[in-house]
Amino acid sequence: MKRTFAAIAIVALLAACSSNEEELATSGIDSAATGQGVDGSGLPPIDSPEYFNTVIGDRVFFETDSSDISLRAQDVLVQQAGWLNNNPGVTATIEGHADERGTRDYNLALGARRANAVQSFLQSQGVDSSRLRTVTFGKERPVSTCSNESCWSENRRGVTLLAGGGVS
Amino acid sequence: MIFAVPLESFYGRFARVLRGFALLFAFLAVVPATGLAQQGSGETLRIDVSGANVEPLPTAIEAFELEDPSLAGRADEITAVIAADLESTALFRLIPQAAHVAQVVSFDAVPGFEDWRAIGAEALVRARIGQLSDGRLRVQYRVFDVFGGQQLVGQQLLAAPPDWRRISHKIADGIYSALTGEGPYFDSRVVFIDETGPKDRRSKRLALMDQDGANLRYLPVSSDLVLTPRFSPNEQTILYISYDDGTPQVYLQSLETGQRERLGFVDGMTFAPRFSPQGDRIVFSASQGGNTDIYSLTLANRALTRLTNSPAIDTAPSFSPDGSQIVFESDRGGSQQLYVTGAGGGGANRISFGNGRYATPVWSPTGDHIAFTKIVRGRFHIGVMRPDGSDEQLLTTSFLDEGPTWAPNGRVLMFFREGAGAGGRPQLMSVDVTGRNLRPVGTPNGASDPTWSPLRR
Repeated sequence: MKRTFAAIAIVALLAACSSNEEELATSGIDSAATGQGVDGSGLPPIDSPEYFNTVIGDRVFFETDSSDISLRAQDVLVQQAGWLNNNPGVTATIEGHADERGTRDYNLALGARRANAVQSFLQSQGVDSSRLRTVTFGKERPVSTCSNESCWSENRRGVTLLAGGGVS
Repeated sequence: MIFAVPLESFYGRFARVLRGFALLFAFLAVVPATGLAQQGSGETLRIDVSGANVEPLPTAIEAFELEDPSLAGRADEITAVIAADLESTALFRLIPQAAHVAQVVSFDAVPGFEDWRAIGAEALVRARIGQLSDGRLRVQYRVFDVFGGQQLVGQQLLAAPPDWRRISHKIADGIYSALTGEGPYFDSRVVFIDETGPKDRRSKRLALMDQDGANLRYLPVSSDLVLTPRFSPNEQTILYISYDDGTPQVYLQSLETGQRERLGFVDGMTFAPRFSPQGDRIVFSASQGGNTDIYSLTLANRALTRLTNSPAIDTAPSFSPDGSQIVFESDRGGSQQLYVTGAGGGGANRISFGNGRYATPVWSPTGDHIAFTKIVRGRFHIGVMRPDGSDEQLLTTSFLDEGPTWAPNGRVLMFFREGAGAGGRPQLMSVDVTGRNLRPVGTPNGASDPTWSPLRR
């Protein structure tokens, strides 16, 4: 379905602005990536950053105004620690984020608490603290922009960003 | 640079003499613009700004007397800026010049009060504009109580022609102060964060403008994530947060030269900076190992003092105007509340006790209020309380109102308001300390984190 849509979009683009090569190239990459996902053509290698980011999960979530590591988050972080312990050359930045329902300064402090909570948990699982840098973004970098709990719960997050691993 | 001297009040035949007297002082530096209000037999004309319902004062700004006809356009522009300042307070109603019927008399003569009464003007502003041989503009003005038949204030201002808007603001300040008894604030600036781009990828810039939105300019920064700019008391320097190295850190930057310095004297991330009223120290928060405490840094010798030491989030410190105390927010009691401590640290007294969370306290420059953000039942408010926590009043409510800052006279607050959802865009708003006159402050893009400067010199 998605592939069909992408194909139609490409035809439309070709018709509409065949001179714009950049847009065409982008569309082509999108459709290829979509196809791969739909096919489910295998997991990424277990020591790859892709595995860390997509299979283990690069992030954990927090309750409102809390930096407690939930049981579910612990499950993710244990796996993150395992991956990091298997890849001792990789360093990571842990980002702490908050939702939009707090003030700027407080949310910076809250994000720092969350990043530190993730760091502490990974350390407790044997990851050397020298490999883990923390940063808070407060409410400055939401991933979801609706203004209800479904988005806020996605924004209250701690993200373990592998060095060179792209943007959260 | 603007030179201001008082113009003495006068009774007709003394006018010439007194004008000469005033001009003698025209080369002195700034003199307090306190008019010599004549204590007449009746009450002095005065707008009661604290009243529940203020009827705007009918005010006439007469067409300026021109010493040089080529200044007519400039005179109209100055008049428009004065009128806009006054009308922004909702305390004045300007009577259009088309409705003025009074016979034109010299600036140095007694105006025909009867004619001004006839059109309902209660306050009258008369002005004369000229240009000195050195090129500077000279604007003289007098404010009259029409029914009392007396001058309330008079002043002469000298400034380079590009500073004509500042002359206008100084005149508006003189009128406002004479008629309200409150301190001036129009000749001031606002530093804020300009926001563009979608909510999940905002690009933020440092911006500076006059309080009325004019003369907007962007300040050079080296990160697209900058936050919470704060003026120094001489308004020549700002503190702000930038993510230059990937983490939030406090920077100090000169407005004139653009020269900047990272104040990295503490491990960890630093934010929530503010100057002391004397400008010799700054306070800020530092997060170390997930814990956020408040520090004070003396700028001259870079001496660092830790003011709080609790496992709680202690942040958003703000000095009292005498520099002796600091109000800040902390969740040490379980939720965000306001506390006051000495400028050197020590014990802290909680001052907020209502329902909800209190944040971003800011001591008013006049010392009589602390403004704050309050979050209660999912709504955000700007509120004020006395420094002991009494007499709390919420002035605004919306999905997100945050970050109050005081006008130099402690009568008006600016803050930012952001709408819900992906399309929500922050904008600057202002409101009187009484809760009246809520209005947007115009900016070209999204705008947040305003800080009002002190009155300009």
